[in-house]
Amino acid sequence: MGRYIIRRLLYMVVVILVVSIITFGLMHAIPGGPFSREKALPAATLKVLNERYHLDDPLWKQYLDYVYNVLVPHITTKAPTTSLSDDCLINVKIGSVWIRWMNFGPSFKSRSRTVNDIFRDNLPISAQLGTMALTVALIIGLPLGILAALKQNTIWDYLGMGISILGVSVPVIVLGPIFVWLFGVALHWFPPTGWGAKPPYFLGFLPTHLGWDYFKFAIMPAVALGLGSSAIIARLTRATLLQTVREDYIRTARAKGLSERVIITRHAMKNSMIPVVTILGPMLAALVTGTFVTELIFGIPGMGKYFVTSITNRDYPVIMGTILLYAVFLVIANLVVDIVYAYLDPRIRYD
Amino acid sequence: MSQISQITKPFQPGGSVPLTRKRESLWQDGLRRLVKNRAAVIGFTIIILLILMAIIAPLIAIKRFDAQVLNDQNKVPTWVTKVFPTMKPYAKISTVYPLGADYVGRDLFSRIVYGARVSLSVAFIGPLISLIIGVIYGSISGYFGGRVDNIMMRVVDVLYAFPSLLFIILLLAFFRSSLSHLTPGSPAYILSKMDESLGGMLFIFVGIGLTAWETMARLTRGQVLSLREKEFIEAAHTIGATNIRIMFRHILPNILGPLVVAETLAIPGYISTEAFLSFIGLGVNPPTPSWGAMISEGANSLRSYPNQAIFPALALAITMFAFNFLGDGLRDALDPRLRGTQ
Repeated sequence: MGRYIIRRLLYMVVVILVVSIITFGLMHAIPGGPFSREKALPAATLKVLNERYHLDDPLWKQYLDYVYNVLVPHITTKAPTTSLSDDCLINVKIGSVWIRWMNFGPSFKSRSRTVNDIFRDNLPISAQLGTMALTVALIIGLPLGILAALKQNTIWDYLGMGISILGVSVPVIVLGPIFVWLFGVALHWFPPTGWGAKPPYFLGFLPTHLGWDYFKFAIMPAVALGLGSSAIIARLTRATLLQTVREDYIRTARAKGLSERVIITRHAMKNSMIPVVTILGPMLAALVTGTFVTELIFGIPGMGKYFVTSITNRDYPVIMGTILLYAVFLVIANLVVDIVYAYLDPRIRYD
Repeated sequence: MSQISQITKPFQPGGSVPLTRKRESLWQDGLRRLVKNRAAVIGFTIIILLILMAIIAPLIAIKRFDAQVLNDQNKVPTWVTKVFPTMKPYAKISTVYPLGADYVGRDLFSRIVYGARVSLSVAFIGPLISLIIGVIYGSISGYFGGRVDNIMMRVVDVLYAFPSLLFIILLLAFFRSSLSHLTPGSPAYILSKMDESLGGMLFIFVGIGLTAWETMARLTRGQVLSLREKEFIEAAHTIGATNIRIMFRHILPNILGPLVVAETLAIPGYISTEAFLSFIGLGVNPPTPSWGAMISEGANSLRSYPNQAIFPALALAITMFAFNFLGDGLRDALDPRLRGTQ
């Protein structure tokens, strides 16, 4: 297992490097630069700006500089300054020495912010939204699937599967506007837009207070985003549970007189969770990209906005930062899914 | 069920029960089962109606999709204000537009009708591109095996880890903004002209095709790998059939079923990808109507004119419904072992 994880981690590094090279190449291949304007800047100003951000350097040098600033920890005796190009995500002080790591650079468009500012202020909101959507997906999806499987070919089964095919067919871009209008504008149950937490966050990403003031903003977008995934979970849970309860070991369990509840929870459920865990990887990817749209529809100040505007603005450090962040997240999520998979099914040995 | 019981009936000497049933190919068998599945038939009917609507859009639509009447901005018929009671206080009534007019005075109904063209094109061309690339790639990899297979699959693994939607977004941003800087006559210029005449759909096809083929390639490779060792392939080799002939005559027809099922199930994903791209402004070029773009425009004025976002959203949902129903039914029909999974 240890060797497998190490191999996967190395593989991850390769993937992230490929992602970063392709992204870097593509974004510089897009015509126009961060400082191109309808009304062109004076040549002298442009020259200074390009020099300031090293945009005149050859591309390979810009790329290597970027990788160096992000990946290599800098060990200095100088304390961090407030300079925008000197903003590291991780600053650790040991004795009189600072270890500073992950400088993603300044944003070209929002002149007073760095990419790390975006990570610190806006990313936690997207993370909260994504986590809650995943929770919604599991809370709705698992019981629905279990119920449908245990009461196969009854009204519960048809109802559950009907709901889930509905869920798969209404992506957040359909459900979002309907929710905003119905529950936000017409019924006044929830505020139609906004978010209930702002920096600073507890532990860097959790809201400082959890009450109605927080959840009244979160419930609608989390349900809109999570419903599609809950449908997929429900259908998969039903299918695998139906298969599992026909296995011999379930018959054995029944024969030795275990209660139906123990049979389902202890024997059948653990084994039917395996396929469900495997789709959590791709599902997280869908939830992450889904947060963009959800944030736009519900007016949530997360990272989604930056993702789209950074590309149209040619805000190179923000493009690189956001894409790398999501790529790293997805690759790690897939690795975790594979490890959990091996834990659930002891027959699987990665070596 | 009746056929099975017929076959398994015990043999009675001199009895009149025939021991064989009518010979059916896999496809005939599948079709028979598909027709029995009510949900799939409904889905199929809706898709046929949508295709018809897309083809004869100019006859159904009341106005052209880009015809603006600036005086009629945001006007709605009376029934819409009844469905969306929050609109009542400030709605401007006009009976010309069956679903209302949008923020520049274009007929919503006509735009939704024309919008079916974009979604359906993506629904059919997206799978086609990913099927062609994926099948060629996967069958080469699976058929030759060994080192070729190893290298080709590693490439797919790396691409698979790539967050594909992010890749499409970058790719589209690249295509879109490269357009204005081309010299006439170059291949890129011709491509951009083609894209323009398709209302911006060409690059969406390319983007989806370039990211969606990997799943197909993996599936094809797996199927080819397992078929390659079968006796009938060996037999074909011994009578001197060429690789190409074996590939096209013996292997491909046998793996078509699972591939078709996988692609049909992927179609709702392509449709929502297009809607997503148009929603964030990287999809079709305005004024080409796309449901995603219409939802995005309507979402800006949800409080005052919910009809502008919700009607195209419903159109999108119905289409995705239909494809999901058909995909489910097709899978059950062509591969009964998988019934009820996913």
